[in-house]
Amino acid sequence: MRRYLGRKLLIYLLTFFLAVTIDWMIPRFMPGDPIMNVMSRIGAVVNPSAAQAMYEYYRHVFGLDLPIWQQYFNFWNSLLHGDLGISIYVFPTPVKTVLMRAVPYDIFLLIPSILLSWWAGNHFGAFAARSKWLDNTVSPIGYILTATPYMWLGILLAWLFGIVLGLFPIAGAYSFELRPALSLTFISSVLKHWFLPFASLFLVGFGGWAIGMRNMIIYELEADYSHYLEALGAPRKLIRQYAFQNSILPQITGLALQLGVIVAGALVTEVVFSYPGIGYLLLAAIQNQDYFLIQGCFLFIIIGVLIANFGIDIIYLIVDPRTRRGMAGETA
Amino acid sequence: MRKRLLSVLSLGVVLSLLIACGPTPQPQTVVQTVEVEKVVTKEVEKTVVETVQVEKKVVETVQVEKPVEVVVTATPAAPTEAVYKREETLYVSGAAWGPASTWNPFQPGSLANTTGTIGNVYEFLFAFDPMTGEFIPWLAESGNWTDATTYEVTLRQGLTWSDGQPLTAADVRFTFELGQKYAALWFSPVWRYLTGVEAMDDTHLKFTFNDPLYQEWANYLYNLPIVPKHIWETRTEEEITTGTNENPIGSGAYLYETRSEDRNVWIRNENWWGIKVFGKPAPKRIVDIRFSSNNVALGAVIKGEVDLSNNFLPGVATLVQKGYVKTYFADAPYMLSANTAVLFLNTTKKPMDDAKFRRALAFAIDVPSIVNVAYANLVKAASPTGLLPSLSRFDDPDVVARLGYTFDTAKAKKMLADAGYKDVNGDGFVEAPDGSKIELEVTCPFGWTDWMAAIDIIAQSAQAAGINIKAATPDYGAWNTALQGGTFDMTLNNWAGMSNTPWTLYNLLFRHPIQEQMQSGNFGRYDNKEMFDLVDALAKVPVTDEVGMKAACSKIQELMLTDMPMIPLWYNGLWAQWNDSIWTNWPSEAPDAPKILPSTWSGYWQMGGLMTLINLKPAQP
Repeated sequence: MRRYLGRKLLIYLLTFFLAVTIDWMIPRFMPGDPIMNVMSRIGAVVNPSAAQAMYEYYRHVFGLDLPIWQQYFNFWNSLLHGDLGISIYVFPTPVKTVLMRAVPYDIFLLIPSILLSWWAGNHFGAFAARSKWLDNTVSPIGYILTATPYMWLGILLAWLFGIVLGLFPIAGAYSFELRPALSLTFISSVLKHWFLPFASLFLVGFGGWAIGMRNMIIYELEADYSHYLEALGAPRKLIRQYAFQNSILPQITGLALQLGVIVAGALVTEVVFSYPGIGYLLLAAIQNQDYFLIQGCFLFIIIGVLIANFGIDIIYLIVDPRTRRGMAGETA
Repeated sequence: MRKRLLSVLSLGVVLSLLIACGPTPQPQTVVQTVEVEKVVTKEVEKTVVETVQVEKKVVETVQVEKPVEVVVTATPAAPTEAVYKREETLYVSGAAWGPASTWNPFQPGSLANTTGTIGNVYEFLFAFDPMTGEFIPWLAESGNWTDATTYEVTLRQGLTWSDGQPLTAADVRFTFELGQKYAALWFSPVWRYLTGVEAMDDTHLKFTFNDPLYQEWANYLYNLPIVPKHIWETRTEEEITTGTNENPIGSGAYLYETRSEDRNVWIRNENWWGIKVFGKPAPKRIVDIRFSSNNVALGAVIKGEVDLSNNFLPGVATLVQKGYVKTYFADAPYMLSANTAVLFLNTTKKPMDDAKFRRALAFAIDVPSIVNVAYANLVKAASPTGLLPSLSRFDDPDVVARLGYTFDTAKAKKMLADAGYKDVNGDGFVEAPDGSKIELEVTCPFGWTDWMAAIDIIAQSAQAAGINIKAATPDYGAWNTALQGGTFDMTLNNWAGMSNTPWTLYNLLFRHPIQEQMQSGNFGRYDNKEMFDLVDALAKVPVTDEVGMKAACSKIQELMLTDMPMIPLWYNGLWAQWNDSIWTNWPSEAPDAPKILPSTWSGYWQMGGLMTLINLKPAQP
């Protein structure tokens, strides 16, 4: 057991090192020059005569005037000190602050929608697989939902519930006439603004999980062990339970991976509902070649995915007896 | 097993809710406690300055005893101040492209995200009205050239900073001298010809020059924000050039109140010196919202949740006709013009190094389709001189009549043939006179949908005239690198905004000297000393000498249209649409309406945004 986890940890550390290095390299391979982009925004507003002096100044501020190897070492040095640098896109805010301001919105939006759609989708899928009638009517809906271009579904929801029916607001994380406060008004405003983005994510996720589960249940019910159990005269409920437990395994992997990339946000949702999460920021960071913000976002994604994978390793030990047994044989 | 899973999941949901509600930043508690204080003491009306002071006091006490917060949560009474009254609040959008990050008035590039920092908080010596070409005395009461190298400014009496300190000539002098000290400040080049600033007394200043650029100086007068010396003089170079300057202390009509990821809130300065001079702006608060997409902004302005949207909303013409929103003009082009979209041609590459080719191309481009199709009539075709309608008095009609261009495929074909461009290999496209193939690219940044549609039309219409041009849309970064490094073939650019002088545009078009990186203009590297001398001569014409300016412009236009180093195509609009259900008296072409620019864009507050605010009236008094 210890050897198993130790080896896994070593692999994760190595992966982390490589992934972070690539994370550092990729933005710098992009064509273009972030300082030039900053300059072009300034140039659009003011007299451009100071351009050259400002260019040099900002390069120095971001440490981009150093040799590339030195930039790399500085990067690791500050990373180990917990410093992610200063954002170029929202200059001069530190990347950490930018992330900390936006990520809570994503967690608030994504965790409930991912978990609930996973839970509801799996159960519904398993349920649908049992009934021919349900399978014939509801499964197509699942297919449609999961195949819906997300942008379109989001706009449709915003239009129907926001503009036509006027039930829900269409933009922001809370009403524009409020200041955050621990009051009933504020909390209900937050929930109201949260509902549509949540519902759209839930619907699309739900369709996907339900279909996956349905297909796997049908596959498991056709497996030899199911037929064997049936031949032995086991109750149908027991057989279904076995099928469900076997089908849930790949779904757990999928869930963990989705949770791992939560920090990346939900770009399209955020764009459609103007929800202030990290997804839109990340897009803007890439478009503006904000090396430091891109690095920061991906750093969290890397950590998230690694933790999620590690979590899967451990959860598999618990839920899949085969893994456990295989390991016992290994250590014996 | 299943039940356990369920309970774990629901726990997770509850936890995530808690997490999301959990981190409430410090200022929020402050707001709440202020409420409590109000409830307790039953104070009826307080001026803003007083409440600000109360808030300051509260900050200190709150940090000592935290339980106050809990009391607040328990009180069921809806907070009165944390909900902005709709009829006192102006909602605007369309300026910010990112979260608020700086209130430093010397970082103009990022100020769009806290638009109003220059204008609402920091003010300038003069405002400028592009509609009339007039300078409006703002902090200054008057300003005059007393001789060719001396400019004297008289400040108004009784100017104050929002912290109560007087605003004097020493502050103005201090601000200008920052540019002398720190080269990284955008206005430092003024010190190439400014030799000294002298504060004669509290309200009188004397600027002395050596060979002044009058046109540019006039530009500084309304673009340079004046900062308080008593706060800024203790700051380091780093704080001045790149500091965030949170909770800015300025002299303007509004004060910083709060912000979050997608909004900035400004509250009226009840002690603003300008109330006596210009009147009190009607909105008590301005909430500036950043929408992540245009359709959201559109929905919000239709619903009346946003009063003024300065977003580019394609298809807004239909909504105007149906009466959902209002714009400056009731008919096409609906919007005022804000800047000129110019097609820069890389004159270091073949065949763009040939003036005859460049002129033929100007005739080949289907500008009417760009206006009708790409913009659905929201813009106007540009004058061949490139000057905005607000500067059209500097157009030389004679030069335009002789050398101007209009869309005419047949004429373009003939001009190409006359210049020796013929289709030798029979592929439908002309070859250069030396027989080499012509394959060109016209570019704009990816995602700029209106420009992407426009370059498609440019490419198609050029192909119809026999010039093989294809449209390409690289990322902004790549586009910008190609633009400044001079590796593009032809590309769109519009970096000269509205201004007091035609020099602003010509300084962009004919920026010199030619360097390896052209960061701020003349991207096509048009190298013509004669033209550079003409532009320099224009810069040195006194602003009051309109005849001299016209003569200088006429020479520039003559040479520009003969050589055609770049092609002005259309005017991008000053995008502005509003809903007048809460606020009325918006600027428009209607006879009794104010004739000003209805814009909240950064840099436009002093060119109309502020006067728009001051003119607004509540719909229900």
